Amino acid sequence: MSLLQISEPGQTPDPHQRRIAVGIDLGTTHSLVAAMRSGVAQCLPDEQGRVLLPSVVRYLEQGGRRIGHEAQAAQAEDAENTIASAKRLMGRGIADIAGRDKLPYQFVDKPGMVMVRTRAGEKSPVEISAEILATLRQRAEDSFDADLYGAVITVPAYFDEAQRQATKDAAQLAGLNVLRLINEPTAAAIAYGLDNASEGIYAVYDLGGGTFDISILRLTQGVFEVIATGGDSALGGDDYDRALAEWILRRCDLRASSARDKAVIQTVARAIKEQLSAQDREAATVEIGQQRVQVEVSRAEFEAATDQLTARTMTAVRKALRDAKLAKDEVKGVVLVGGSTRMPQIRQAVAEFFGREPLINLNPDEVVALGAAIQAHQLAGNSTSGDLLLLDVIPLSLGIETMGGLVERIVPRNETIPTAKAQDFTTYQDGQTAMALHVVQGERDLVQDCRSLARFELRGIPPMVAGAARIQVTFTIDADGLLSVTAKEQTSGVEARIDVKPSYGLSDDEIARMLRESFSTAEEDVKARALAEARVDAQRMLLATQSALHTDGQLLSPEERAHIDALMASLRAIAENSTDAAAIEAATKALAQGTEGFAAARMNRSIQQALSGKNVEAL
Amino acid sequence: MNLNLQSTDFELFDLPLQFSQDREAIDARWKELQREAHPDRFAGQGQAAQRIAMQWSVRINEAYQRLKDPLKRAAYLCELRGAPVDAHSNTAMPADFLVEQMAWREALEEARNEQELDQLDGELHRARREALQRIEHLLDQRGDATAASQQVRALMFIERFGHDVQARFEQLGQ
Repeated sequence: MSLLQISEPGQTPDPHQRRIAVGIDLGTTHSLVAAMRSGVAQCLPDEQGRVLLPSVVRYLEQGGRRIGHEAQAAQAEDAENTIASAKRLMGRGIADIAGRDKLPYQFVDKPGMVMVRTRAGEKSPVEISAEILATLRQRAEDSFDADLYGAVITVPAYFDEAQRQATKDAAQLAGLNVLRLINEPTAAAIAYGLDNASEGIYAVYDLGGGTFDISILRLTQGVFEVIATGGDSALGGDDYDRALAEWILRRCDLRASSARDKAVIQTVARAIKEQLSAQDREAATVEIGQQRVQVEVSRAEFEAATDQLTARTMTAVRKALRDAKLAKDEVKGVVLVGGSTRMPQIRQAVAEFFGREPLINLNPDEVVALGAAIQAHQLAGNSTSGDLLLLDVIPLSLGIETMGGLVERIVPRNETIPTAKAQDFTTYQDGQTAMALHVVQGERDLVQDCRSLARFELRGIPPMVAGAARIQVTFTIDADGLLSVTAKEQTSGVEARIDVKPSYGLSDDEIARMLRESFSTAEEDVKARALAEARVDAQRMLLATQSALHTDGQLLSPEERAHIDALMASLRAIAENSTDAAAIEAATKALAQGTEGFAAARMNRSIQQALSGKNVEAL
Repeated sequence: MNLNLQSTDFELFDLPLQFSQDREAIDARWKELQREAHPDRFAGQGQAAQRIAMQWSVRINEAYQRLKDPLKRAAYLCELRGAPVDAHSNTAMPADFLVEQMAWREALEEARNEQELDQLDGELHRARREALQRIEHLLDQRGDATAASQQVRALMFIERFGHDVQARFEQLGQ
C-alpha cells in the first residue's frame, strides 16, 4: 500500500486505474456484496443470478466446505457441521449466547470467544465468517475480472469493540483490505440519502436476522451525522423464528431434542413466518422424531407469540430519541432496513409510533450493501464528487474499573468518532513501577455488568514516592470504532509500555495460524499471485514516493533525502530481480517506514493549509 | 491564520473569543473542518496519513464538544482567561446556593410522579438559564473571569442534579 499519495480530495490518484472497491453486508442470515457499476450501486449476483448468499458454512465429511445455498439446504441433515448465524457468536463468550441450548451446535468454551466443534475441528466464529467473506470476495473478483482494492464492511451500530474487532479479523483472514467498518443503519441512510437528496432528521430502524439497531441521523448537504444510536445486538428475525417454533411445539405438544429436530422446527417456523407477511394464515407439516403433525398458524397468533420482541425494539427506539434529545415529530422520515421489517407488525408498530408511514422503496435486504458500496467507492478515491462525509458515534460508553468494582466513564456513548480522552492516574505505593487497568464497555455502574474489553498493564513507571507519578493514559477510538491505548508518565516523560491482553478475540499469532491454515493459501497459484501483488505494491510505492519528492522534496534535509533515495534504489533492484514476494514486501515496507516522517509532515501541512484556507475564505 | 493542533478551540473554529456564540455556526464549521481532515478523506493513503488525519479529526471533535456545550465553553473560556474552574479542588459555594440545592434534593426524593418531576425539571431549566445569562454577562460584558468561574461551578452543580432528575424520569417512565 502506498503511503505518500496526497491528492486533492475526490480526485483519483491514477486516472487510468480505477480501484475496485466493494461494500459487504455480512449478515446474520445472509450476506451480500455490492459495487458501483456505471455510476450506480448494484448488488453483485452469483453465477445463478442470486444476490443473497445465505450466511451458512458446512464442513463436509470428505474434507472441504460448502458455503451459502448448498450449505443451507443441508442444515437439517447435518446440523452440527452446518453453522448458520455465526454473526451472533462474533466476539462473544459462551455465557453471552442466549438460547444456546436451542441451537444444534457443540459449543466449546474458550476464553473470550466461543468456538464450535465440527468434524473439521474447532472453528472460531471469525473463521466461519471469513469463509463467507472470502466467497463474496471471489464473487466480486469474478464479476470484475480484477483484484479488489478494498472493501467497506458493515456492522450493526450496536456492535461493541469485541464484535467489531472480530469482524475486522475475519476480513483480514479472507484477504480483504478493510477500507472502513461502517454501521449498517448509516450505510442504509447513505443509500437512501443519495437517491433522495434528503435533508433533516431521519431514523433508521434496522431489524436483521440476528441484530436490531436504531439510529437517529441528521442529514445536511452530504454530511451524515449520527446523533444517537441504540439497539440490541442479540435480537433479530431469528428470535421471531424461535418464538414461533416454541409456540408450535407447545401447540402440538412436541419436543425437539436432537440437533436435527431443532433445525427442522426452526426451518418450518421461518417458512411460516415468511408466508405470514403476505397472507393471514399458513399451514405446514412438522416431522419430529416419529411424529408427523399438521399445524396452522394465523397472523394474529404469530403476532401474539412475538409481541414481546417487537416491544423490545420500540423501547430501544424511545431510548435513542431521548439520547438524541428529540421529539418523535421532529423526525422527518423513518427508513426500514433488514428482511425482518417485512413483517407487517413491525411496519405497523413503527408507523404508529412515529405517526408516519416508513420509507420502504429500497429493497430492505439490499440497502445496507448498496450504501456500503457507495462509501467504498468514495474511500477508494474513485468518486469525483467527494461530497459524502460520515460522522458516526461510539454506540456504548467506554470506561475503566476503579476501586470496588465501579466503572469510571471515559468516553460517553453517542460521542462522535474518532475521539480521544486522556485520564491521569497515580501510584499508591512508594517505588511502584507498574499498574493494571481494566477497560470495559457498557452503560452500567458495576464492572461485572459491563463487557470486559481488555486488561492493560503499564510498566516502566519510574520509581517515585506514592502519589508523585502522573501517568496520563490516552484512550483513542478510531474511525472504525476501535480502541487503542497509550500511556505516558508526565513528570519524567517516560512512555509506559502497555501489554494488551484482550479479553476477547484473537491474538495476532492466532490470526497468523489461521491464515496459514486457511483456504486462501491452500491453492497452487498463491505464490505467483503474491509475487505479482508484491511487485504492484512496490511499483505503487516507488511512484508515489517519486511524485512526493518531486513536489515536496524541499521539506527534507540532505541526509533524509539520501536515506530515502537509498531505500528507493534498493526496492527498485529487489522488485526487478527477486522472485521472493516476502523480500519485495520487506523492501516496500522499509521504504514506507523510511518515508513515514516525510509523509506525516506533508499530510500535516496539507491539512493545515486546507483548514487555514477555509479560515481565510470564511473572512 | 496558520492553524495547528495547539491552536485554541476558538481559533480552530474561527470564532470570536467570547462566550456568546451562534450554535448553528459552530455546527456548520465543525462539518466544514471535518470535511477537510476526516480520516475517510485519506483512506488508502497509508498508515501515516491515517494517523495524522485522525489526530486532526480528534482535535476538531474535541473542540466541537467543548464549544457546543455552554457549560464546557464557559469553563474553557475561564481557563483561557486565567481563572480555571478547578471543580475538584475548589468546592466552596455561597450558602444560599447550597440551601437551594438541598431544597431541590429534597423535592427529588419526594417526587412520586411525572408531574412533580416535571415541575422540578422546569425549575432547574430556569436556574440553568439564569446561570448562563450571568456567565455571559460576566465574561462578555464585565470581563470578570474569576466571578464567571464561580458561576460555572454553580452551573456544574445544577447540571449534575439535572442528570439525577433525568435518571428518575427514566425510572418512572419505563
